[in-house]
Amino acid sequence: MNALSRRKLIFGGVAAAAGLGGLAAADRFAKRYGLIPPDSGGWSGPGETLTYACQRVLTARTAAREFPRSMISKKPFANEVEPPTEHFKQLAAGGFKDWRLVVDGTVARPLVLSLSDLKSMPMSSQITEIACEEGWSYVAEWIGTPLSNVLKEAGILPQSQYVVYYGVEKWAWESIDMADAMHPNTLVTLGMNDGDLPVPFGGPLRLRLPRQLGYKSLKYLHHITVTDNIRKFGQGLGSIDPEGGYAWYAGI
Amino acid sequence: MRRHAALVRVTHWLTFVAFVALLISGCEIVISHPRFYWGEEGNVNTRPLIVLPIPASRDTVPTHYHYVMPDQNGWSRYLHFEAAWVAVLTGLVYFVYGFFSGHFRRRLLPSRQDWTWRAYRGRLMKYLRGSWSEPGEGFSYNVLQQSAYLVVIFILFPLIIWTGLAMSPSFTSAFPATAALLGGRQSARTIHFFVSCLLLLFLLVHITMVSLSGFRSRMGAMIVGTSRKSKEVE
Repeated sequence: MNALSRRKLIFGGVAAAAGLGGLAAADRFAKRYGLIPPDSGGWSGPGETLTYACQRVLTARTAAREFPRSMISKKPFANEVEPPTEHFKQLAAGGFKDWRLVVDGTVARPLVLSLSDLKSMPMSSQITEIACEEGWSYVAEWIGTPLSNVLKEAGILPQSQYVVYYGVEKWAWESIDMADAMHPNTLVTLGMNDGDLPVPFGGPLRLRLPRQLGYKSLKYLHHITVTDNIRKFGQGLGSIDPEGGYAWYAGI
Repeated sequence: MRRHAALVRVTHWLTFVAFVALLISGCEIVISHPRFYWGEEGNVNTRPLIVLPIPASRDTVPTHYHYVMPDQNGWSRYLHFEAAWVAVLTGLVYFVYGFFSGHFRRRLLPSRQDWTWRAYRGRLMKYLRGSWSEPGEGFSYNVLQQSAYLVVIFILFPLIIWTGLAMSPSFTSAFPATAALLGGRQSARTIHFFVSCLLLLFLLVHITMVSLSGFRSRMGAMIVGTSRKSKEVE
């Protein structure tokens, strides 16, 4: 064995040991600071975990891009997902007077809120873009109360880790981490472009997360459950997205 | 005789695997909305810049084909971003190595006397006459190869990473200029598509040239690092 290859061997060994040690340390660090997404298993886990961890370190508090009023889309496009259920039609016929948002889980005071209860909370608005994973996008003004207001009203308990949210049909459910739940851009949306939120766009109530792709902005928001254990929900992957093959974290 | 350093060989094949995965998953993703726009927003209600003449994998996209392709976006997106990580991390290692080992300076930067149109034209004419490998080119690159590699390494790859990040609603919340400098999210998507076309073109030309100039010898050089003299002119 000549000097050069011995040096290479030693260097390679040291590098491999450092790499393995680094990975073990990174794993402990990531678990401690919540940098591992619920869908971190399987072949797509490493990439997904790297993405989520980097975004959490980099963008936990950054604000979504906002646009001038002149850039609001003249003809926004709505994917048709209107729930055809009788229940929804009845609620719509009543002008959504009987629409309720239930807030429960690891909270001090579970809530049942009507739309007018929500309207009496501090309102905020944002002109942000909604981008679909398919590639299209539009800009709109979204008006509502930040989810953090609702959660503060309910009093989230310290062990809370995720906020699970359901549409009016129970199969449609999503979840976000506390960083996104408490972020001022995360809006319980009641209005769009100075009017009530139209049904095709998720009305009467939609959770808007402008810092994630459109599929996280669940339409027909009906039920919010704060939890300390995301594994208890569905297949334990954080939302219906990974169950259907899509990433749980959609900030990319 | 040694042709390629171990680090160059390893990063070359990792990049190849990642690029193929990105290409396949990218094709799957793009068919869900085969329309391209310029500016910030773009959807079926706005005027497209270009429409690819293919059916879409979503029935909300109007095409003339009366046919909806199978939708494979889920695993394609997982694969796209995982492969992107492999490509970016590999590229990072290669970049650091390239700068500090002198790889870029000694192997990829054309030598002073080649900084002329005459040098480019000279080698191009030889290619056109069917001379795929000139003496010495089994061990060093000619000016056209060097220029192609420099464009891919320093322009196309950085641009495709930039335009990819500019489509991330979370990344752009931290770095809004990544999208704004390109003219908006849809511009970034359109550039991303065309840069990927250029990279695919590079891949096809690259494989063709490797085949024409001696597939076994060139592949051997990039796999085991050494190139033995063969019948072809070295």
